Amino acid sequence: MRNTATHTEKVPFFRKPAVQSIVASVICIFGGLLVGFLVLLFMAIFSKDIPFSEAFKGILIVLSGPGAAGNPKDILFTCGNMLFTATPLIMTGLSVSLAFKTGLFNIGAPGQYLMGAMGSLLVALSIPQGSMPAWLIWTLAFLTGTLLGVVWGAIPGFFKAKFNVNEVIVCILTNWIAANVVSWVFYANQEAFVNFAETKTNFIRKTISNGVSTATFGLDKLFAGSYLDVSILIACLIAVLLYVMLNKTTFGYELKACGYNRNAAKYAGMNEKRNIMLSMAIAGGLAACGAALWCLNGQQDFKWNTYQALPNVGFNGIPAALLASNNPIGVIFSALFLRYIDTGGSYLPGETAFNEYVSQLIIAVIIYFAGFSKFIKDFLTKRSAKKTPLPPKAPERLDPEPEPAADTVQPAEVPAGGKEGEAK
Amino acid sequence: MIFLLQKTLIFAIPLLIVALAGMYAERSGIINIALDGIMIFGAFAGAIAAFGLRQNPFFVDNNQLLFALCLLIAAVAGAAFSLLLSFSAINLKADQTIGGTALNLLAPAVTLFITKVLFNKDKLEMDTAVASDGSRRDFGYALLNGDMGSVGQVFFDKAYISTFIAIGLFILLSVWIYKTKTGLRMRSCGEHPQAAASVGINVVKMRYLGTTISGALAGFGGYAYVATVANGTAEGTVAGMGFLALAIMIFGNWKPVGIALGSLLFGFLKCLAVTYNKSLIQPLEAHEWMKTLLANNEGFKAFYEAIFKNMYFYNLIPFVTVLIVLAFTSKRSRAPKAEGIPYDKGAR
Repeated sequence: MRNTATHTEKVPFFRKPAVQSIVASVICIFGGLLVGFLVLLFMAIFSKDIPFSEAFKGILIVLSGPGAAGNPKDILFTCGNMLFTATPLIMTGLSVSLAFKTGLFNIGAPGQYLMGAMGSLLVALSIPQGSMPAWLIWTLAFLTGTLLGVVWGAIPGFFKAKFNVNEVIVCILTNWIAANVVSWVFYANQEAFVNFAETKTNFIRKTISNGVSTATFGLDKLFAGSYLDVSILIACLIAVLLYVMLNKTTFGYELKACGYNRNAAKYAGMNEKRNIMLSMAIAGGLAACGAALWCLNGQQDFKWNTYQALPNVGFNGIPAALLASNNPIGVIFSALFLRYIDTGGSYLPGETAFNEYVSQLIIAVIIYFAGFSKFIKDFLTKRSAKKTPLPPKAPERLDPEPEPAADTVQPAEVPAGGKEGEAK
Repeated sequence: MIFLLQKTLIFAIPLLIVALAGMYAERSGIINIALDGIMIFGAFAGAIAAFGLRQNPFFVDNNQLLFALCLLIAAVAGAAFSLLLSFSAINLKADQTIGGTALNLLAPAVTLFITKVLFNKDKLEMDTAVASDGSRRDFGYALLNGDMGSVGQVFFDKAYISTFIAIGLFILLSVWIYKTKTGLRMRSCGEHPQAAASVGINVVKMRYLGTTISGALAGFGGYAYVATVANGTAEGTVAGMGFLALAIMIFGNWKPVGIALGSLLFGFLKCLAVTYNKSLIQPLEAHEWMKTLLANNEGFKAFYEAIFKNMYFYNLIPFVTVLIVLAFTSKRSRAPKAEGIPYDKGAR
């Protein structure tokens, strides 16, 4: 569909796929913020303890993101940490979006993330400091973590390709298997890896204790005191590479073809089973890579006894991918946006009667609206197709009322009759 | 053994009912990946209802009535919450996975937000409450306590009223979807909605019915889980139970009997993981031959200590077992044909 209308005719602005995607995402974001604001307003109206103005204050704090920190120095610091925490989210978002492109739902990113964390930490902490250059240990740790993720991601791919088991169920199972395996490995090797020195026994030693940390190139100085290092740039580079792979190479084309129509891809001579396995393996590698980048920062505490809980950053890759319509470059921005809202939300409990869960709520509503993106795109197409423009009410079309739905169902009936006629 | 079976039932019941919830949605053609979120929301609604109603001494006296009432409220809340999914998936033809994911994100956010604003803490626990005679009482979920025959003990000693309601509902709804006209119509919408529509079945209505029943069951299962497994504490998570139920549903091949077997198997293995010390290690080590084996064989002892006395080993068993069984049984696995595809009247 994307390639049909490009060359010969001039495409109207609102019918360009990229424009439509961006407009749809922006509408979703505004819808989410609006609902978040209404919830705050609602709470303020119905609670005696919360003054009316708190709602406005609350939404402003969420909107200002790191800006809510107050003075410029703190803002820079918060900004740095926001960029740093966005890094693993970009990677899990890329992981989920790549699988989506191949028609697979990678809900296994948390497990792949855990395996990546385990692999990188095991290598980074077990090679004695000084036996080889720190950058080499870093590279080895990074590669081991990523490789473990590749293996872990390949499992659902293998089950899907060989046994035709739904990838969602295998991903869910492998998530919990990973959580227990990781806990078990660290439990069995506590002496070597758990942070007894700082009596933080719930956590693995920081990799800096073995001299391993990601290069910062002064980024931590620029954003004074924050954890920021070059990992954010690595993540962006990977996103760009992924974009090139998906859109400019034969392999990427094959992956997407499998996503659009698996049988057609097979008919065209592509090895669709191999592509499914490779896609899941790469997706696993991407999620694990995010974990490696986070752990190898050097200053981070990894909670090792994780068998009862899966890392949120893995699941949050799903909204990051959905908000970006699975575009790798878009994932960078959507991940940054999600962290921006999160950061703003984290200042709510201190400043207002509300709490940090508001930002999660807003993100959830945004994703709910993101489901309507096809609806919005169709609407944009239809609007620009008709030369007589309808009243410009695009945002209102999002309102959860049956009215707009009926609006779109009815036009669909018209071609329906014609098609049925053809069939007979 | 009796102890083990009791525990198995407790773990299996939420899985059973929520997997049935998933089946209802998918048989009508909607992928309900939001089971986890609906469980969380239902659990929260049930817990907050219990909290509110227990201000009244009448309900503190009649524990079981209150429990049943809270289950009902949880079911209604779950059904209402699932309407969000139905609306986006059926009316707006949105991607069902996205809608479900959004609900999974929304449920913990909403419940934690409200819990924190109202109670200023992250979880809603069941405190003691004042009964009509002025004494403070626990919630007391368990129905009966006492000595009974071995079969009686499995089902009735320290049993929960939710167990019986769930089993009853499960049988009723399993029969309903296969033996009634509406059930057949609903299933046809999951296989070929256009064909169903051509004989006058209202696909939109049927799919709404399927997802709403699904939501009600998931909400019920959510509170049943919180009340029985998590001691009545609602904290914005059900430990991935909804996703596991989804796995059980696929494992059970979208059929009630398979779901029942799957959830019992999983519940049994899961309870083995929780009680392995009492149910396996202690009886095993009571044997003389085991003692001599451990005393005489250093290598075996090290292996035994590292693997068989390790919690993580037992935690892994249920997941690995399901995975292996899936690999062998997947050939005959068959999902409803039209699941996940928005209904388009004009499609052929």
